Amino acid sequence: MRNQQILFYSKLLGSHEHPQVTEEVSEFKATMNINQAKRTDAKVIINDLNFYYGRHHALKSVSMNILEKKITAFIGPSGCGKSTLLRTLNRMYQLYPSQVARGEIMVDGANILDKKHDINMLRAKMGMVFQKPTPFPMSIFDNVIFGVKLYESLNRSESMERVEWALRKAALWEEVKDKLNQSGMSLSGGQQQRLCIARTIAVKPEVVLLDEPTSALDPISTAHIEELIFQLKQDYTIVIVTHNMQQAARVSDFTAYMYLGKLVEFGETDTIFTTPSEKATEDYITGKFG
Amino acid sequence: MIPIYTRRRMINALHLTFSILAMIFGLFWLFWILLVLIGKGLDGISVALFTEMTPAPGNTGGLLNAIIGSLMMVILATLIGTPVGILAGTYLAEFGQHGWLASVTRFINDILLSAPSIVIGLFVYTVYVARVGHFSGWAGALALSMIVIPVVVRTTEDMLRLIPDSLREAAAALGAPPWKVVTLVTWRASEVGILTGVLLAIARISGETAPLLFTALNNQFWTMDMNQPMANLPVVIFQFAMSPYESWQELAWAGALLITLSVLGLNIIARFFLRKNKLST
Amino acid sequence: MPKIISTAKLKRQQLLDQLFQKTTWFFTVIVLVLLAVLVGSLVVGSLPTIKAFGFGFLISSEWNPVTEQFGALVPIVGTLVTAIIALSIGIPVSFGIALFLTELSPPWLRRPLGTAIELLAGIPSIIYGMWGLFVFAPFFANTAQPWLQNTLGDLPGIGFLFEGAFMGIGMLAAGIILAIMVIPFIAAVMRDVFEIVPSMLKESAYAFGATTWEVIWNVVLPYTKSGVIGGIMLGLGRALGETMAITFVIGNAHQLHASLFMPGNSIASALANEFTEADGELYTSALIELGLILFFITFVVLACSKLLLLQLKKREGATT
Repeated sequence: MRNQQILFYSKLLGSHEHPQVTEEVSEFKATMNINQAKRTDAKVIINDLNFYYGRHHALKSVSMNILEKKITAFIGPSGCGKSTLLRTLNRMYQLYPSQVARGEIMVDGANILDKKHDINMLRAKMGMVFQKPTPFPMSIFDNVIFGVKLYESLNRSESMERVEWALRKAALWEEVKDKLNQSGMSLSGGQQQRLCIARTIAVKPEVVLLDEPTSALDPISTAHIEELIFQLKQDYTIVIVTHNMQQAARVSDFTAYMYLGKLVEFGETDTIFTTPSEKATEDYITGKFG
Repeated sequence: MIPIYTRRRMINALHLTFSILAMIFGLFWLFWILLVLIGKGLDGISVALFTEMTPAPGNTGGLLNAIIGSLMMVILATLIGTPVGILAGTYLAEFGQHGWLASVTRFINDILLSAPSIVIGLFVYTVYVARVGHFSGWAGALALSMIVIPVVVRTTEDMLRLIPDSLREAAAALGAPPWKVVTLVTWRASEVGILTGVLLAIARISGETAPLLFTALNNQFWTMDMNQPMANLPVVIFQFAMSPYESWQELAWAGALLITLSVLGLNIIARFFLRKNKLST
Repeated sequence: MPKIISTAKLKRQQLLDQLFQKTTWFFTVIVLVLLAVLVGSLVVGSLPTIKAFGFGFLISSEWNPVTEQFGALVPIVGTLVTAIIALSIGIPVSFGIALFLTELSPPWLRRPLGTAIELLAGIPSIIYGMWGLFVFAPFFANTAQPWLQNTLGDLPGIGFLFEGAFMGIGMLAAGIILAIMVIPFIAAVMRDVFEIVPSMLKESAYAFGATTWEVIWNVVLPYTKSGVIGGIMLGLGRALGETMAITFVIGNAHQLHASLFMPGNSIASALANEFTEADGELYTSALIELGLILFFITFVVLACSKLLLLQLKKREGATT
């Protein structure tokens, strides 16, 4: 735990020089090399996934494994399909009739793209946090308990417990504990986003999908959220889309670089950022392009 | 160069003066009509107006049966029209969006919205009054509800469309099925706007006379029976105003003041809500 | 953390979902059916006169309940003429008001003035009728009508429009009151479309040293052309279908006159005045056919305005 925090902060500062930490990291590398990872470690297995916006072919035969209780980041220039990929994981695209996904996404041994797979159950399992904070037009308390009430019948005190638990996890409890009945819209942008994270984890999902969760926030709120994401890794499998490469480097264990709907390179974050095997990845990361 | 510029400035000043005059012209009528209404109607406002029935020619009396009749028909029409309008508007904004049914309905709804209200009265007469053989309060309420429906459909759809998709996605991402997304989140987010639409519809039907002429007709006596012809303010005002009796005309002016104040009041309240809505989103 | 949800509960959720969506669908279909029944019932109701007079109904000015001879020409002409008068006064005034509200008014006055104009639209039409008959008509007969006859009445070509006695009520009075009623509608649409003109566009014209009027006439108006015409069409639709105000002041005479001072009739006011008293199948049917004609005219006007507004939307889409 402590080591993780140190690792986190050292990553935040861009430094990899802490001796203890580097040791940990190399050990970690040895045991968890993505290319040799057993399929049983994977929470989500994406196989030959194609995606279409009407006629536009937005994802081209993407295959990858997302490992359990790890943070996987999707990076790439805008329009590369990183958000699209994320939105297939909870079939969010299905709200829009013209959008179609083909292929296979296995979660816990079931193909979630299968029409028979219940979409609402899937979404309860795969929580999602969006680019802009989206508090519902109701009180902070009701916001957090909204998703819980859909699937569980809790009494008043159990609800209260759950709300406190979720808000504490989202590091928001201290700031809002005296105003749970106020509208969720009355909070600041960073607080709203943490409220949305609390709302998502209150449902107790297994995977948390984050779609550029800090792009609308100031640097201080961003640091808060990043710290939070790192904490959440203990309990959840996390996938984060970001256009901010430093962010990917700071928080993620694995990074996928996408370009024009294709998965160009996927591997451990340290490898991708230090010794990428593809020229295109290197160009993007070093800022020559993008 | 200079003469051209002077001419341009004069043309500009001329048109801007015209614009100011047009504004004054518009306001002038509003104030004239309101002043006349208050001048002629205020005398007639008394306790008797709200406690006595419409009188026989030449006698004094009040408008109680007409006020009650109007209230009953307006409330009933709102109760019929609002659910239909909200649900249809919800279909257009949330489920139908791009389907043929939604596009056709949107167009049809606009036709209903701009259909002359007297034609709606005519319609209810031919399909209902002519069938059952007598005028009735029900027929009046039905005609009014046909005016409510398109207004509510339109505002409900417009207001729901103002809700960003991100809110729907956020609710769906928590595993909420579509009907819960709509009832718990989008309806809630647009409730002020939808309420405004209903208020505007009520304001509109409160003053409507034409569709009641051949549906509810009028009734000089007290009745709460919706199956009977029913007294209502607009038609009573019409009949009394056109009559040669002074006491009837005085009642007509009092009724006119009453109806205008309530309609304008509703309008102002609706606008207040609308502004609040705009500020909060 | 596995959640235990029984399949029964899941099934119930899905059922409720279906139920809700089907309900909204059902009420949407009701709106469709409503219009179909409306048109159908009017057509069925007017079959007797369509059979009896055919196309001639539209061009005959005969209206005699005793001999059962009916023609729609007088009310059709009355409807169109009053609407034309209303628009020829209403359009420039509405334009002036919209111009004032978007360009000239100090910001703090903008909202109260806009609300005041919109309130003008809220006044029930029967009030306009009463005011028109008891207040406006006498005033009109005493002041405006003599003045109009003395000035415009002598002009060759249009002088005949202003002949006859000063009765106050008549086609011209009805048209003027209609104008007052449509002004708020047209002005509100014009104001709304003027407001969507990008300020960059206006600023770049001002940057050349153009005057306010030149910017309005050469930049704002062309840019919002279809929206403005759409608004005018909406006002026209309103003017055509207006009933009570016209019924009070048009005079209700089934006669054709060249002079606008003379009484006439419109479709809506003929219906309001005669329908409850009509006896005999043919008389009722003639009135219902009048209603059908009115509905058809307003439908055409609406369809045109829709097309124009659609065009504006397309352009908006193309520029952004």
